[in-house]
Order: sequence, then C-alpha cells, then structure tokens
Amino acid sequence: MTFPGVKALENVDFTLKKGEIRALMGENGAGKSTLIKCLTGVNKFEAGEIHLEGFDHPIVNKDTMDAQKKGISTVYQEVNLCPNLSVAENLYIGREPLTKLGTVNRKVMNRQAAALMKQLELDIDVTRNLEEYSLALQQMIAIARAVDMDCKVLILDEPTSSLDDREVEKLFTMMRSLKEKGVGIIFVTHFLEQVYAVCDGITVLRNGQLVGEYEIADLPRVKLVAAMMGKDFDDLASIKPESTGDKRKEPMVIEARGISHAGTIKPFDLDIHKGEVIGLTGLLGSGRSELARAIYGADRAQTGTLKVKGKEVKIKNPIDAMQLGMGLLPDDRKAEGIIGDLSVRENIILAMQAKQGIMKKIPMAKQCEIADKYIDLLQIKCASRETLIKQLSGGNQQKVILARWLATNPDFLILDEPTRGIDIGTKTEIQKLVLQLADEGKSLIFISSEIEEMLRTCNRMAVLRDGQKVGEIDERDMNQMNVMKAIAGGDK
Amino acid sequence: MMSSIKKLTQKRLFLPIFSMILVMLINVVYDIAMGGAPLGFFMISIKNGVLYGRLIDILNRGSEIAILAIGMTLVVSASGGTDISVGSVMSLYAGVCCLILAGYGNVNVQQYAHPLLAGIGVGLLVTLICGIFNGFLVAYMNIQPMVATLILWSAGRAIGLLLCNSQIVYVRVPSFQKLGGYCSIIPTPIIVAAVCVAIAAVILHFTALGTYIQSVGINKRASRIAGFNSAKIILMCYAICGLCAGLAGMVATSRIYSADTNNIGLNMELDAILSVALGGNSLGGGKFSLAGSIIGAYTIQAITTTLYALGVSSAQAPVFKAIVVIIIVVIQAEPAKAFFKKLTKKSGKEAARA
Repeated sequence: MTFPGVKALENVDFTLKKGEIRALMGENGAGKSTLIKCLTGVNKFEAGEIHLEGFDHPIVNKDTMDAQKKGISTVYQEVNLCPNLSVAENLYIGREPLTKLGTVNRKVMNRQAAALMKQLELDIDVTRNLEEYSLALQQMIAIARAVDMDCKVLILDEPTSSLDDREVEKLFTMMRSLKEKGVGIIFVTHFLEQVYAVCDGITVLRNGQLVGEYEIADLPRVKLVAAMMGKDFDDLASIKPESTGDKRKEPMVIEARGISHAGTIKPFDLDIHKGEVIGLTGLLGSGRSELARAIYGADRAQTGTLKVKGKEVKIKNPIDAMQLGMGLLPDDRKAEGIIGDLSVRENIILAMQAKQGIMKKIPMAKQCEIADKYIDLLQIKCASRETLIKQLSGGNQQKVILARWLATNPDFLILDEPTRGIDIGTKTEIQKLVLQLADEGKSLIFISSEIEEMLRTCNRMAVLRDGQKVGEIDERDMNQMNVMKAIAGGDK
Repeated sequence: MMSSIKKLTQKRLFLPIFSMILVMLINVVYDIAMGGAPLGFFMISIKNGVLYGRLIDILNRGSEIAILAIGMTLVVSASGGTDISVGSVMSLYAGVCCLILAGYGNVNVQQYAHPLLAGIGVGLLVTLICGIFNGFLVAYMNIQPMVATLILWSAGRAIGLLLCNSQIVYVRVPSFQKLGGYCSIIPTPIIVAAVCVAIAAVILHFTALGTYIQSVGINKRASRIAGFNSAKIILMCYAICGLCAGLAGMVATSRIYSADTNNIGLNMELDAILSVALGGNSLGGGKFSLAGSIIGAYTIQAITTTLYALGVSSAQAPVFKAIVVIIIVVIQAEPAKAFFKKLTKKSGKEAARA
C-alpha cells in the first residue's frame, strides 16, 4: 500500500494470538492506520498474506463488511457513525433485524440495542439521535457496535483519545472480558500508561517498517519510547525552565467578566496576561472547550463583557475575534479544523486570507512562500504543498491547522486538545512551541486531557466542573495531586 | 507516449473537453456520410452581412445557458445544492422589463414608455432580489436549497405572467432587439456571454472569492472557525446566481423582442445544472471549475443543435439528448474513471513488454 509520494507500509509481519491484547505502537505516519486498513480491507495491499483462524487459506477482505463477516471488526480513531440516525440504528446499520415483510423491525432493534447498552452499563436512550451524545459516548457506542458483532479480532484505533479516566476504565473492563472470551484485540493508542495497564504484548512500527514484536515484560516504557522514535529517550519532563517569573505584572490581554453561553458554560471571569499560558482543566464535558469558545465567539457569548488589551469589545463571530488578534485550534479536527478537499497550502493561508478580506487575495507566490515556511518550520510530512490535507496523517493535519494560526501572527491563541491523537515526538514539539510562543510575548489558553502535559506548559490553571469555573491554581501549587483534587472537588 | 497520454487524461478539464470534441466528431462523420464538406460544421461564412455557420449558431444559442452556468457553479460549490428557480426568474425578468418598457396592459408597442436602461436596470434589480431571497432562505433559514428555490421556481413565472396581464407583450423597437440580435456582424448574445464569463473569471482570479466559496462548500463549520462568514458567502452566491438569471433573461427577451413569460427560460434550470455536472464539478459542493461549466454549457447546446441538424424533430430531441448526456456523465463518473485507469495501465504494461 502506498500513499502519494510516501511508501506507507513495507514488509511488515504482525501476529495476534487468541485471547491476546496487543498494542500497536508508532509515531504518526508510522503506518499503524495503514496496517489496520489493510487488515480490514479498506486498502488493498500489494504484497503479503493474511491468515485467520478458521480459514485454511490466506484471506482477502474485499471491504470492511467482508472483514466483519470473517470476524474482524474495527473502531476507528474518529467516530465513523451517522450522527443523524438513532443510537439503535447506528448499532444495527447494515444488519437490521427484519420483519416478515422485509422492513426494519424497529421494536426488536430498539429492544436489542437497549439490552446491549445495559450489558455495557451505558446510560443511553437508544431511540435518540447519536449527535445528542458527547463525543466520548459516541465512541463507546461505536465500540459497542463492534463488540456486538461476534468477532474474533477487534481492532481499536485510538479509542481512548476522547474518553475520560472513568470511561477508559470501563472500556478496559470490557476489553478484559472480551479477552476472556478468546477475542484477540489490537489496541492502537498514544497513551503509554494505558498500554501497560491492559496489554499483553507490543508491536512497534516506524516509518512503515516493523521495529519489533515484544512481550510487555520485556519492554519497559523508556525502551518503548526509544523504539518508537528510533533514538534514545529524550526526557520530556525537562522542557520548561524552573521559574517563569510572575506574568501577572505584565499587561492584561484578555479580561472576561461574567461571560456565559446558555446550556454550555455558566458566567465566568478570567484574566489573561501577556506571555501567559493558562491551562483549562476539568473532566470531559466540564466546559473547558466551551469557555474558550465563548471568548473566541465560536459560540456567541450571551452575557458579560470582554476587554481585549483594555478595550471593551463585542465579538459576534470568529472573524471579529481574529481581527483582535485571536486564534482557535478546535478540538474536533475533522469537523471544525481541516478543509479536507483543499491543499496543504490553501489550508495554511486560509485564516490569513480571511483576516485580509475577500478583496485582497494573497498572491500565489506569497502563498507558496508561507506554506513552505511552515511545512519546514513545523516539519509537516507531505508529498508537496499541493497535497490535499485529507491525505495527511492526523498529527500532520494538526500541524497544518497550527500553521494556519501561526501565519496570522496572533497575540492570543487558544489550543483545544492540540495533542490529541498525536505521537509522542510531535507532542513534545507542540509543547515546546507553546512555551516558545509564550516567550515571544503571546498569550495562550491550553486545554488538554493530560494533566502532565499542562503541568509542563502552563503558568496558571483554571479548573472547571459542570459548566462552571470553580477556581484557579497558581504555579507554585501546581502538581498532579492538587489538580486532581480541584477537578474532583475537594479531598473526597 | 503512454505517460503523456496518461498525464493528459488526469487533467481536470480533460473530460469536459473530450465530450465537446466527441459531439463535434459526430457532426463531422454525419457531414461526410451525407456527402457534405467534411468540415462543414466548422465552416463560418458571412451571409446577409452577419456571421453564419453551425458553430456560430451553437455559440449564439448557448449564451443563456453559459450565463446561467456561471451562477449555478458558484451556488453548487458553496451550498452543495442547486438553484432550480433560474428559468422562472428569467421569465420574471421578461415580465418586469417589458412592463416598464411597454406600460401595463399594452401588448404591442412601437416606442418605449420608459427609457430602455430603466427597463433593464429594474429587471436586473428584481432578479438580484430574487437571488438574495433564495440565498436568505438557504443560508440563514437553513432550508434545503431545492426546497427554498422551489418557491420562486413556481412563483417567478406566475408573477411575470401577472405583470403582463397574462398576455405576450411585444416591444417592437429596434434598440430593444439589439441585445438579442447582431452587433455589426457578430450575434450580440455571444458578446454578452463572453463579457459575463470574462467578468466572472477576472473576479475569481483577482479576489479570494474562489477560495472562500470552496472552503465554505467543503466544510462550513471549519470555515467559520477560520474566520469566514459562511452564511454571507452562500447568500452572495445565490445573489450572483439570481443576477445571472436576469442577464440570461435579458438576452432571451431581446431575442424574441417580447415577454413570452410562458416560454422564456422554460426548463433552462435543468440545462444549467447539467452544465455544471458536465464540467466535471461535483454537485455535492466544494471544488469547482468555472471553465468546465462553461464548456459544459456549450456542449449541451452543441448536442441540441447537432440533433436539429441531423433532422431530429424538436419533440424527439430530448430523448436523444438524454442518451448523449447519459454517455457523457457515465464516462466522467468515478467508477468508470477507475475502470479506464485499469485499462490504460494494463495496455501500458503490455506495450512495455512488447
């Protein structure tokens, strides 16, 4: 299988035993997704064979449907279900229980779906539309769908990247019980601790080639990282200088008072100073993203006042915020980040063009120059600047969106889960970039599910719970324990 | 050789141009079969002091479709839907324009009641408003484009008819006929269409409109976050489409120097949509090629003109037109493209072996 300009997978062996959970590890573009797509028949492979229990000859999967029939089910990184169908319909799409007349038997379908949800301890009304549930729950439903189809091999491609700890634990319980039943599971993730919590073995890929297949006991964390990156372990913890000085003496960039958006975020106050990195922390759905979106105008604030550099402003649409020097990297990269059918170049210059207005087209030569600059600066892996962004791997897409904002030279940048679904090398690069931007006097909001990552980058953290800002944590009090306590709401 | 052919077939405009050439070839073959001059199709002569020939005829008669195709391309790209009201809006233009030029109730006038420019100006203004109305429903009310434009599809023609007191209004003034007639030796509609296409091309080249429209058409939400006002852009596309319908109506009205509201622009919206599809543009929105649509528009007219030249009656023509369209659309479809790719690959390998 080849992708434009880059060979995606070369001569890779992969073995999965019955009742085994095997982690498939590698950086972005290492070939994990491609390998999976070859196994499930999404991509055709040019050489090699697949053997599966119960078949005495090599199998060829024509498409995912065919693979599912043979017992290989997949849950992908991004939820690939239909948001405007009900949960039950999504669960049974393509295999609906039928009535005698050959129409869909909704009664039976809904009953079976409800039973399945109960079995997995999910509190979900199966007759409601999928889009009414959070991304995390949608992910769980996608897994439930795969689990329900009697499978021998279950492939989970980054299933935990949008789940919180409690939900991850629930998923692990589900995985372990499937393992008992003899299902082999391929688990793709970027979270190292999760690998060690649930897996039996690890297979590592790099640049489309096999690095090795290991038992979990033989490969401690440091060696795993080294194997993935192809170099010695680079200490991730030491990227931030000991003390960053008190940023609160710096002039105020953002002064939010009583801003709210009905149904998502209750009125909050927030001050952000020049060169400061503010972390927003809280459980998934606590209003972290929504707070940032209300400031940026992605969701229009209904109450409160906002001052930018001391001047009171009204933000109705993102473009208003952009003209004031803001930028937002949204958490849902597929739905709100990339423009899939446009090239890397067009995606990079997009925000800059929007800021200049429709009449002032950026000349082609300038566009190419800017695109090349950021492809080089952020080391975006693409065949050329004219490659369509949808053909890039997730991490590289994220870098393109980051480049889009850096090109506008913002004073205040909101990064919502910038490192989700991204390999460890790129993660560090992005974290370093955040600190570097702050050093240049830019202010940032940094949102992440990984507390460690925020501790490494933020000067101050705001804690959210149930759509409300409940407190702030100063730099000197910032440690894992305190943050956890604040999120949980006390010492309980 | 093989690789250069392959490169050629991968060009975006290859298939629209190929379809056009195919239609022309049919003409040449027919001419030879009938014992005529082999290149009779391309022959241009001067008869009665004006240009004459089948090619000229196609360019002349295809003007309205080409003008409509400009607006339709933008609408399809930005909203992933089609504006089915354009034919009806053309007819509305005729009603408004002739009402002003002839005065209400008059069905046959020899001189203007108001200046010509007032008639054209008000007519175009009304069609622009129609476009804005469509755009408002689609962009701000989130109504499905086909349903939103269905309103004017049915109402536009009816209003035009009311304005003309349900009669055909003739404006028998030479200057009114000019736009549908000849400018020295060249048919004026060709010039009008060429100017419209040129203006559109210049705007798309020198402003960022193209990027805005494609971005919104591909991903509305992401475009908004990146600073585009998606609703405003969609509204703008529909407004332009309405204006194009007015310009097409202007040509059509002048051609017959009358407001025949029952027939002007009848079924024209289908030709306009088909031009966009024939031009290799996805009707699902997103990336577009204006050149493709324009070639598509003239291809449709070429098919119609060819059929008449072949002696097919106007009642039977739609059947043959449908057959030709099926062939052209199918060879442009993705599965067919993949099939041809496989075929060329195979023959390429065999050639290499030999």
